[in-house]
Amino acid sequence: MTRSEDRLTAAFVAVALVALFGGALTGVFQALEHSGLNVYPSTPLVKSYYHSLTLHGVLNVLVWTTFFICGFVPFLVTRALGRPLALPGLAWLTFWVMLGGLVLAAIPLLGNAATVMFTFYPPLKAHWAFYVGLTLVVVGTWLVTLNLALTWRAWRRQHPAERTPLAAFMGLVTFAMWTIASLGIAAEMLVMLIPWSLGLIGGTDPLLARVLFWFTGHPIVYFWLLPAYMSWYALVPRQAGGKLFSDPLARTSFILFLVLSTPLGFHHQYTDPGIHVGWKLVHAFLTFAVFFPSLLTFFNVVASLESGARARGGRGWVAWFARLPWGDPSLAAQVLAMLLFTFGGIGGLINASYNLNLVVHNTAWIVGHLHLTVGTAVTLTFMGICYWLVPHLAGRALWSRRLALAQVWTWFVGMIVFSNTLHRLGLMGMPRRTMIGAAAYVQPEWKVLLPLVGAGGALLFLSSVLFFLNLVLTLVASRAPAPAVPAFSEALSGADHAPAILDRWRPWIALAFVLIAIAYGPTLVRLALTTPFNTPGLRVW
Amino acid sequence: MATRKATTVYLYELAWILPSFAIPVGMLVALVVTAFGAGIHLPGQERRIDPTKVAETAPFDTPGLVELAPGQYEVRMTAQIWAFAPNEIRVPAGSTVHFWATSKDVVHGLLIPKVHVNVMLLPGQVAHAVARFDTPGEYPIICHEYCGIAHHTMAGKVIVEAAR
Ligand code: HEM
Ligand SMILES: [Cu+2]
Repeated sequence: MTRSEDRLTAAFVAVALVALFGGALTGVFQALEHSGLNVYPSTPLVKSYYHSLTLHGVLNVLVWTTFFICGFVPFLVTRALGRPLALPGLAWLTFWVMLGGLVLAAIPLLGNAATVMFTFYPPLKAHWAFYVGLTLVVVGTWLVTLNLALTWRAWRRQHPAERTPLAAFMGLVTFAMWTIASLGIAAEMLVMLIPWSLGLIGGTDPLLARVLFWFTGHPIVYFWLLPAYMSWYALVPRQAGGKLFSDPLARTSFILFLVLSTPLGFHHQYTDPGIHVGWKLVHAFLTFAVFFPSLLTFFNVVASLESGARARGGRGWVAWFARLPWGDPSLAAQVLAMLLFTFGGIGGLINASYNLNLVVHNTAWIVGHLHLTVGTAVTLTFMGICYWLVPHLAGRALWSRRLALAQVWTWFVGMIVFSNTLHRLGLMGMPRRTMIGAAAYVQPEWKVLLPLVGAGGALLFLSSVLFFLNLVLTLVASRAPAPAVPAFSEALSGADHAPAILDRWRPWIALAFVLIAIAYGPTLVRLALTTPFNTPGLRVW
Repeated sequence: MATRKATTVYLYELAWILPSFAIPVGMLVALVVTAFGAGIHLPGQERRIDPTKVAETAPFDTPGLVELAPGQYEVRMTAQIWAFAPNEIRVPAGSTVHFWATSKDVVHGLLIPKVHVNVMLLPGQVAHAVARFDTPGEYPIICHEYCGIAHHTMAGKVIVEAAR
């Protein structure tokens, strides 16, 4: 692979890591606030709890994830296809568009002129640069899709009869899925928020805005998760000393994610007025349908790990688990991420369970849930990837393997404390997105648990510091050359067993649009026809 | 040898695909049965009003608690930064209360833990939720959507008095 591809990946990953650092810092401030220590009066840059929380959400789930993915996925796809990106110039332009968008959004964000949370529900009204900047980031991701698609096409011309290599296939599916899913947010920005923030239209409609937001807002979690799955399927089996159990099953689950990820956003709006309960139920059904590819993934990945552990002499029904190469921080991080993701998945089913959602919606339970999923399944996996990717990009070995192991386990323990406590507080009715330390309605039973939020958060922050310390020392103090990048896993059941239709794009993309039209069509048409944009904007922070 | 290995993998695949399919379907059936059996429903589609004219629009032109029948109440409630109106409601134990609510400015939320009231209050939309208060005591009413710098102060309470 050419050095130029590596430099591009390095640029994206560098931005991602800076964002994660800001995310961890604001995170620990918030956790401490919950346990009674309000640091905001002494943080000159961060003006309030809510300013902090907006920065935290945007930096973690919009910047860290997106930039990491736009660096990592093309890196794997080009390696799997054995050829450079079709348009390297466009790839760099993409990076600059995204970075430009990020800087544009960051100005009002840092200046407390966009304290609207990462969900930016109108009529909270941010500065226009915030909306325009985020839109440019989304446009950048479309350019990545274009580049990957052209690269694949060039490969296909030279290999007309071959199966697309698994890692490339998964990368393409990820970006195809995301591009379809992002149409909702693009519409919200272009039709409503940008013209409104520029003063071209007088108002918005909060309901339509939320429908468009969650059209993208649910599938975006698969945009974060699928690249982690790529690592779990394509690299982790080999890192564990084994083989991928089933390549056809991996392809099947990715195709199902492509088809099913988008038409289920109403499960974020179960408690919204203005949407018919019948459609909410349809989205609940479809949400349970994507549980199917998730279970396939679970099985396939665990079976692959097992093959590795058994090859290393592991025995028994579960005892083999101890035989995984736990001394490798990259593998340890990802296996622990999977372990916590199991609980995240179970919690997700509860959230999705129609009227059970009334118990948890917008409570601290959700915060506990999302830190297991995007905050651990995705983030700890990406950290594990960083443990080989950053050394490769820097050309130097990781500074300390033991420090990395300590980091990984601290995250795991810290997250168990933090997330478990938030789940429980949520069941007791504690709301999320709230400066709890200053709230009037804190219940006695919450008070007992709140210190654990601070303790778990402090452990997580400590873990982040160890992570960044190790990476910085790798860059400045490590002298040994970098080891080789993990090779792609072989499969026990290979690509030749996969039905050929899985390699076609049009039928699946068409099917995805049909399901979207069924699940969203009637509600969107009704709202488009009956919605006046008559809610004026407000800046209330 | 190669084919035997492939067959074993294939059998394992199948052995997993079937339960992977059956588990979500089973859960879904359980969910639908319990949802409709217990009669606890989600907020649904009510109607749209002009968010700039809430105070002139029925029923929000007469906010407060209304007794519909013995043990049956209706609350007409507005949310605005950073308060509910009314913010204190007294009912006897055993009452069923219908909340009709909307927002006058930004997005708010209406959360009453323990009695399954959990609904978003959006400008322009009328929201409806029902709760039954059987046990005497104080139930906090909490705004659970970020609505600006003093969001954490936005609260009220339902006081349930022992039935006379
Ligand atoms: C040092 C580690 C971290 C700590 C201590 C931490 C702590 C917190 C706390 C206390 C909240 C606020 C709860 C509330 O008021 O509702 C929060 C919210 C959140 N966190 Fe973290 N967090 C950390 C890392 C992460 C990571 C790595 C991610 C994702 C990649 C993440 C994603 C989020 C999101 C999406 C929210 C919700 C924001 C919102 O409601 O708008 N956090 N976090
Ligand atoms: Cu509020």
